[in-house]
Amino acid sequence: MGIIRASKLGFDYIKYHDDSEDPEKINAIKGVDFDVEKGQFIAVLGHNGSGKSTLAKHINALLVPTRGTMYVDGVNTSEEEELWKVRQKAGMVFQNPDNQIIGTVVEEDVGFGPENLGVETEDIWHRVDDALAKVGMLGFRDRSPNRLSGGQKQRVAIASVVAMHPECIVLDEPTAMLDPNGRREVLECVRELNQKEGITVILITHYMEEVVFADNVIVMDRGQIVMRGTPRAIFSRVDELKHYGLAVPQVTELACELKQSGVDLPDGILTIDELVEALC
Amino acid sequence: MLIELKDVSYTYGKDTVYEVNALNHINLGIDEGEFIGIIGHTGSGKSTLIQHLNGLIKPTSGQILFDGSDIWEDGYNLRELRTHVGLVFQYPENQLFETDVITDVMFGPKNKGLSKDQCEERAKEALKQVGIPENFYKVSPFDLSGGQKRRVAMAGVLAMDPQVLILDEPTAGLDPAGRDEILGQIKYLHDKRGITIILVSHSMEDVAVYAKRLLVINDGRIAFDGSPKQVFTHYRELEQMGLAAPQVTYIMHRLHEKGLTVDLTATTVEEARRSILLALSMKKSGGTEEGGGSPWVK
Repeated sequence: MGIIRASKLGFDYIKYHDDSEDPEKINAIKGVDFDVEKGQFIAVLGHNGSGKSTLAKHINALLVPTRGTMYVDGVNTSEEEELWKVRQKAGMVFQNPDNQIIGTVVEEDVGFGPENLGVETEDIWHRVDDALAKVGMLGFRDRSPNRLSGGQKQRVAIASVVAMHPECIVLDEPTAMLDPNGRREVLECVRELNQKEGITVILITHYMEEVVFADNVIVMDRGQIVMRGTPRAIFSRVDELKHYGLAVPQVTELACELKQSGVDLPDGILTIDELVEALC
Repeated sequence: MLIELKDVSYTYGKDTVYEVNALNHINLGIDEGEFIGIIGHTGSGKSTLIQHLNGLIKPTSGQILFDGSDIWEDGYNLRELRTHVGLVFQYPENQLFETDVITDVMFGPKNKGLSKDQCEERAKEALKQVGIPENFYKVSPFDLSGGQKRRVAMAGVLAMDPQVLILDEPTAGLDPAGRDEILGQIKYLHDKRGITIILVSHSMEDVAVYAKRLLVINDGRIAFDGSPKQVFTHYRELEQMGLAAPQVTYIMHRLHEKGLTVDLTATTVEEARRSILLALSMKKSGGTEEGGGSPWVK
């Protein structure tokens, strides 16, 4: 049994219109099943409005299913008394770094989570040190967060989650507002947490280059999972991805086009190395 | 020359401990009808630079000319300048505020002193240009999707009928389809309406495809100014500046190192495809272009 397990998960919400009496019922998620093994790195793709953020919010019980169930490390997220447990097990990092930092000093921000969990003061300091070290921000502990770059802010946000000692981190487009440097910083940090600390990672992104390192990829469309598999398997289905409003990395697209022009290449080329190797 | 910057410098918090030189002696000329991409890492000074172009920031020293006149001369009408040079900020959808779409877009022309009918006409035209259909006119802007909101916000600037449109990362946070849509519309405004475009972007792939001229800002200076092809050949220096070239550039250089004679200036997938096919066929036919030509190039 996996660490995150959704079975027949559905989520509806009611939308009220100004001009009509009848509210509209919208199925944001339509019966999704998935099972994530501990320590995996999962990427979730899908165009805007495909339901991927809604699904992600179920993992730390910001939303609870209206149909079906969601279990995180054996805990049913629908049980209200388990709420704190779920949020400790699964932390979330959002797109805009400015919307999730609350402390006036970096270390204060990182300490906020464990403090809320009722951790002993002494232990909070250990956790803050440890979490900042893991994201490479220890040198910034007494800085004001608003003087950090976007990539640094996101790493502080990640440290704040790490300090809660989670089993799993959900990142909802954490690099969308960053420049290439910041993007690289954040991604390296997330990969390291996954590989060294064994933290399960769910990464929602629009940048296909970030998906290449995932163990598995899930593609969502209209509230359903429409594709799943390894990055290589997913990216060899270029036309299908385009149909769902997604793009592939330039190197994969190039390989695909060369193949269509008659060059003998393997399917699903993901990295520059692979393409160069195959061509030369 | 439409916009000219002469030795422009700008210092934030001058004479305080927080003094930062954001721009250092910038000289730049922008002609009518250009499509310029601006890249630079966060904090490089690119946002400061574009805010000079419509007089939102006054340079600490130096001169800014629009259509030959100094915009900081006494009596210069800055309000009018801002209707000629439209600036679409990052996340412009955060600036929507009216109760319905059409009223929001009419706000700009209304401030310009046009009659209600004229405002409405302008607004409809602008909304059409960004692909927002009529049945959305009376919808609250807050009920729209992210991409739609952004297009409505762009329409708000377009309704002023600007000669120059500056866009600060217009595709941030959009999915690939939304990205293509917005960029396609910007290209349309440039090609069909002749609007001068200045596009600030973090996506090297996007500027490579759309911009005709690329400025690289680093440490408040213009580090490179040339066609995307020329600029991306300096990819190693770009990396030092916290930037990168499109993935294709790296592929071409690696192939070249391995002995395949490909075009190193290719920056788009299509260019790369042609060049690689040509190189492969030449390799096959023994390094010359004669004898069989290139069976793969269509």
